[in-house]
Amino acid sequence: MSTRPVHLAPEDHGTAREHGSRRRYRIGVALAILLTVIPFWLVMSGALPNAAVTAAIIFALALVQIVVHVVSFLHLDTQSEGGWTLLAFLFTAVIVVLTIGGSVWVMYHLNTNMMPMPDSAPSTMR
Amino acid sequence: MTETTLKTIFGRLGWESFPIHEPILFGTFVVVALLGLAIVGAVTWFRLWGYLWKEWFTSVDHKKIGIMYVILGIIMLLRGFADALMMRAQQAIAFGANEGYLPAHHYDQIFTAHGTIMIFFVAIPLVVGLINFVMPLQIGARDVAFPFLNNLSFWLTAAGAVLTMTSLFIGEFARTGWLSYAPLAGLAYSPDTGVDYYLWSLQIAGVGTTLSAINMVATIIKMRAPGMTMMKLPVFCWTALCSNVLAIAIFPALTVAFFLLMLDRYVGTNFFTNELGGAPMMYWNMVWIWGHPEVYVLVLPAFGIYSEITSTFAGKRLFGYTSMVYATVVITILSYLVWLHHFFTMGAGPAVNSFFGIATMVISIPTGAKVFNWLFTMYRGDIRFELPMMWVVAFMLTFVVGGMTGVLLAIPPADFVLHNSLFLVAHFHNTIIGGVVFGLFAAMVYWFPKAFGFKLDPFWGKVAFWGWVVGYWVAWTPIYVVGLMGTTRRVHHFDDPSIQPYFVVAAIGALIILVGILGFVMSIVMGFVKREELRDTTGDPWDGRTLEWSTSSPPPAYNFAFLPVVHDLDAWYDMKARGYQRPAGEFRPIHMPRNTGTGVILAGLSLALGFGMVWYMWWLAALSFIGLLAVAVGHTFNFKRDTFIPAAEVAATENARQPLAVGA
Amino acid sequence: MTHRTTAAPGAAITWHHLDADDHDHDHGGGATVLGFWIYLMSDALIFASLFAMFGVVSTSYAGGPVPRQIFDLPLVALNTALLLASSITFGQAMPHMEAGRIGPTRLWLAVTGVLGAAFVGVELYEFSHLIAEGAGPQRSAFLSAFFTLVGTHGAHVTVGLIWVVTMLVQIGQHGLTGEIRRRVVCLSMFWHFLDIIWIGVFNFVYLYGVIR
Repeated sequence: MSTRPVHLAPEDHGTAREHGSRRRYRIGVALAILLTVIPFWLVMSGALPNAAVTAAIIFALALVQIVVHVVSFLHLDTQSEGGWTLLAFLFTAVIVVLTIGGSVWVMYHLNTNMMPMPDSAPSTMR
Repeated sequence: MTETTLKTIFGRLGWESFPIHEPILFGTFVVVALLGLAIVGAVTWFRLWGYLWKEWFTSVDHKKIGIMYVILGIIMLLRGFADALMMRAQQAIAFGANEGYLPAHHYDQIFTAHGTIMIFFVAIPLVVGLINFVMPLQIGARDVAFPFLNNLSFWLTAAGAVLTMTSLFIGEFARTGWLSYAPLAGLAYSPDTGVDYYLWSLQIAGVGTTLSAINMVATIIKMRAPGMTMMKLPVFCWTALCSNVLAIAIFPALTVAFFLLMLDRYVGTNFFTNELGGAPMMYWNMVWIWGHPEVYVLVLPAFGIYSEITSTFAGKRLFGYTSMVYATVVITILSYLVWLHHFFTMGAGPAVNSFFGIATMVISIPTGAKVFNWLFTMYRGDIRFELPMMWVVAFMLTFVVGGMTGVLLAIPPADFVLHNSLFLVAHFHNTIIGGVVFGLFAAMVYWFPKAFGFKLDPFWGKVAFWGWVVGYWVAWTPIYVVGLMGTTRRVHHFDDPSIQPYFVVAAIGALIILVGILGFVMSIVMGFVKREELRDTTGDPWDGRTLEWSTSSPPPAYNFAFLPVVHDLDAWYDMKARGYQRPAGEFRPIHMPRNTGTGVILAGLSLALGFGMVWYMWWLAALSFIGLLAVAVGHTFNFKRDTFIPAAEVAATENARQPLAVGA
Repeated sequence: MTHRTTAAPGAAITWHHLDADDHDHDHGGGATVLGFWIYLMSDALIFASLFAMFGVVSTSYAGGPVPRQIFDLPLVALNTALLLASSITFGQAMPHMEAGRIGPTRLWLAVTGVLGAAFVGVELYEFSHLIAEGAGPQRSAFLSAFFTLVGTHGAHVTVGLIWVVTMLVQIGQHGLTGEIRRRVVCLSMFWHFLDIIWIGVFNFVYLYGVIR
């Protein structure tokens, strides 16, 4: 197996592509650091008085950061592996949303319908 | 030795863990032990251990692994069916003053073991085994993408099965139903070993299933013969692809549900307990996120089998290939949106229930489209009613009823009446037996000559067929009826004598199915006895249409001396129609993976780990865990994983089968 | 189909593939990266299920401690920095590996391993601290889910560390052969993947836990 060239990540197809990949990687590093620092700063400094707004911002930034990491660190693009990795990733993303969203939705309904307690505040759960 | 020393060594295992006081179990144990000794003795006497180890246990050949999966599935079918017979006997007699012959705690173990074994250790191994054997041949490949992983997957599944069987004689199995719902399965209500056996068996087997699914998907994507575009992929491979994609998507949810339940039981966390904020319903939620798509993981490949067989025996190209592919893909995605219909009654409210009810009804549309495709394939076809085709027709007649009762159950208000009733039990047996089991038998009859070079005995094959089909209807029609009248499932004893006749009829039906099962075993035995007259010398006994029929029966280790180039969906039919000639020379050395015993060792260590954890033998669990890590890492230092079959050997093999081959 | 069958028999049709060097139709090699990617997707679903569990019981404190009382954000920030840095150092190793430079490849891999080990160390410190305070995994469903989600991630990083050490040894033994490179590529995917999971953990578990 070691006698023939191995096709690895998309990097090893010619220097132009390799160059683009390194550039994409450096931009990714910068964005990743930025997208990590902002949410920590928002929460630790309490810059925004409204918790809901802060939550919405850090959730949005988290999603952006996940995309940044996937594109620049995992090298996901439309070409690699004939598009199969992208297809697998999108399918997984759908399943992740369904699993988390569906479970939380279903369990929220079960909780509100099936628990007669006025609110599930900590002290009543004991 | 002191009490503590004993506890350290044996955990909670003691003399009372062995069921010598239970006559039924003890009798079973004696029979199994004698049978096991006889087999071990015979293998030793004929000096077959070396052969088995070298040629089968350590094999990375997808065909042999597939056959081992099927053998495991058939053995476990006998166990699971014995449980079914015991349940039917109990329910047929346990009325009024008669308590039946099974104590309640034993009866509960039996229905749990029946469901668990039939799904995890019968249906899954049979489906995975058939995919393993057939798919690489159909796509014109020499093996799967990761041959060693394939071997490991099989042995992990086998280790799970062995651990489940161990519970029969050491300790006991779960009494919590086949999905072991929390909080009943929590430590507070099930403190003994049963649930632990259940969890560790399925967790070990589940790792095997996940790895196998990854392997199959990578194989179909990367190793298709040149020219075989996705829209020239045989339907069985399409369904195998979707089934395995779905398995990869759902098994994580089951793994996590079991893992969290394990933590509850071993560490004292509060995921699914009734205390400190635990959410038992979340267990149901996660288990059914796995559970409903799992039905499609099993039935999609069966749909593929029906498509291949219908097309072959109608002598026509499959009607609506494209729509078949899209229907399969749509089912794959929709099946992930219906899980809540298993607990409509849990009080999710109208919004949630309507959503999942409608999604469940929608999924019957692509399934219905498939049935019409098969019918149109048969329409004006030149149908040969040989055994595989008979199974297909029986499937269509049986499965459609199961589909319709399913749509009935999908209506939340109706489900409130029928939830947990025997109507539901009849419904899912209708779909699983009529959909999956009939398909598996069709497939075993269809591909048996490819695997072993001779057909199954047709007379006993027909006995198997009629036993199963008639037996199914006799056994399950009365259960539908009593279920509709309101009888609930998993009942050990009934007070109302007016429903007894239904259960007696059901028990008779189970006995007719027994005739079917024995008939199938006989068709193998008699097929072997009469193998010379049933021999397939052409490699293409049914006038097939796909590539697996283009090689000899059984195929050589390397499947194809030259990788085929595909020009048409029905590749082999196309080759035959255009006067294909088998190549006679210029053979080249073929690059093949090397056998390895690492899979067996890893699975053995997993088994020891599971056993140690079940019995709280922490030293055993810790040692096997360290062993697992060491062997797994050690295996990566082995770089001699492949070998070449020399050209001369290929030439010899090919020339030996050359006179047998027909080119048109 | 009909136009096929009317074609002249014996016309020049290729029925066999004679190029023995085709990667995609050979064993393993060509499928490793794709197969590993699919494995990562299934692992992502393991974490999705754990996140779902956490989401469902994230306020089931059962009278026990709430996130604000127990989460030490500077410590989490340190850990996040360590893991992100390790992801970046792994990225530094890859061009060296592609160029076949053994020394720098091993150096950057080793740095990655050290950062990863520091991450696991900090996490263990955090856990032991919480358990000592009486905020262990048995205390409430919220804490059960917190320990399990974060702990499963930590266990993955630990497996990654074992893999890093294995690769350091194997590069030393065999150099950067095709097989070894393929493994390092898979390891890099695994490592970056764990960093992506951590994005979910620090945002949804720690930061959101503190402000809600």
